[in-house]
Amino acid sequence: MTDISDIKLSNAQIAWRAAQDIEDGAYVNLGIGFPEMVARYQVEGRQAIYHTENGILDFGPAPAPGEEDWDLINAGKKAVTLNPGAAFFHHADSFAMVRGGHLDVAILGAFEVAETGDLANWSVGKGGVPAVGGAMDLVHGAGRVAVITDHVTKTGAPKLVERCSLPLTGVGCVTRVYTSLAVVDIEGGRFVLREKLPAISMGDLQAVTGATLNLDGPVADLTVPEL
Amino acid sequence: MDKTIGDVAAAAVADIPDGASVMIGGFGGSGAPIELIHALIDRGPRNLTVINNNAGNGRIGIAAMIDAGMVRKIVCSFPKSKDPRAFTEAYLAGRIELELVPQGTLAERIRAGGAGIPAFYTPTSFGTELAAGKPTAEFDGRGYVQERWLKADYALVKAETADRHGNLVYRKAGRNFGPLMCMAAATTIVQATRIVAPGEIDPEQVVTPGIFVKRLVRVETPQQEEDLNRAEAVYP
Repeated sequence: MTDISDIKLSNAQIAWRAAQDIEDGAYVNLGIGFPEMVARYQVEGRQAIYHTENGILDFGPAPAPGEEDWDLINAGKKAVTLNPGAAFFHHADSFAMVRGGHLDVAILGAFEVAETGDLANWSVGKGGVPAVGGAMDLVHGAGRVAVITDHVTKTGAPKLVERCSLPLTGVGCVTRVYTSLAVVDIEGGRFVLREKLPAISMGDLQAVTGATLNLDGPVADLTVPEL
Repeated sequence: MDKTIGDVAAAAVADIPDGASVMIGGFGGSGAPIELIHALIDRGPRNLTVINNNAGNGRIGIAAMIDAGMVRKIVCSFPKSKDPRAFTEAYLAGRIELELVPQGTLAERIRAGGAGIPAFYTPTSFGTELAAGKPTAEFDGRGYVQERWLKADYALVKAETADRHGNLVYRKAGRNFGPLMCMAAATTIVQATRIVAPGEIDPEQVVTPGIFVKRLVRVETPQQEEDLNRAEAVYP
């Protein structure tokens, strides 16, 4: 069996692959942390408009060190800049954009994704201080709710599963998963494999996936540049 | 009409009693009314319920309220930060109660409180543990959770410019919860960098109409939570 740690995509490469599916003119929310990386790989010639829950549309990259304005931050509380045409709005309007179906794409991280489209990404469920932020809002309303994630956990357990074991963020909300090994759609309560790394066999991929990978037409090679 | 108290934040918060519920604007440090919070710490009411997106960062602002033992309960979406010691220690020791609310639900509950809507249905949290015990209903084939309005005795909000009637303009993303909290509190107290004469704010540009504001205090050079924390400031 292939050692997947030798062939798997880096986080940057997963983010790059997800960025290829963002259409020109799309309104996009990127979850805090790893998903923020997707903005770096916006396809040349396309312009997406990024939304941040705390109340900005069309923010840009971080300012130079020393140039931060701490009233101008993103949901991860990092300093950002504004693009021409940016807008500010209050929190109720911001989440109206989310739940009201006005965003085209939301890209989020995951602890587990189930074949039903259920997502667990806010709590590992064991004591400590619980914190949810906007996670449970972001899974509702966007035209596409995509997840980017390693295919397996740090200990090698599948993150694509039949049913989530961790506390849910939302039910039946995820439509596509970009992993370090494959691109998988969620359709009709099942995983449908769309792309996989050429270096991994179907059998080996299935072995590190916690639910059946269905086929619906040909599976394309997942090819990503060195980044 | 002149809602200005003056330049002394202490006077603006002097009547906030023990046991009050207090909405505090800001998302992290962005829009946080640090001077009003610190004036409230000087006054020292206890047993407060604080409504904010977060639960303090470092040893200033809301974190300093917790350190001072003033807060009985926090209603928030994300009680974590770069330096969450104040809340974390109080919570794990059982000294502070937490009502965890998804961020968009928190915003809409506050909006509903200000708008006279006692409850509403949202898809957020449906099927999750945060919906436990709440009524649910199906509309057009999808499940929704009933959420209640959220109101408070007081709101502390930071604006950039106010006119003496209380019309407000905010600064950048510091707007966040401000316009909602102004609506939802019985007594809304605003610190503004500038207070101008009525007519000096273009009516087309007013974000919060003055009807939602009770008291204004001028804080000409407001402090930023992030700057204070980078300087490792402690209050008092």
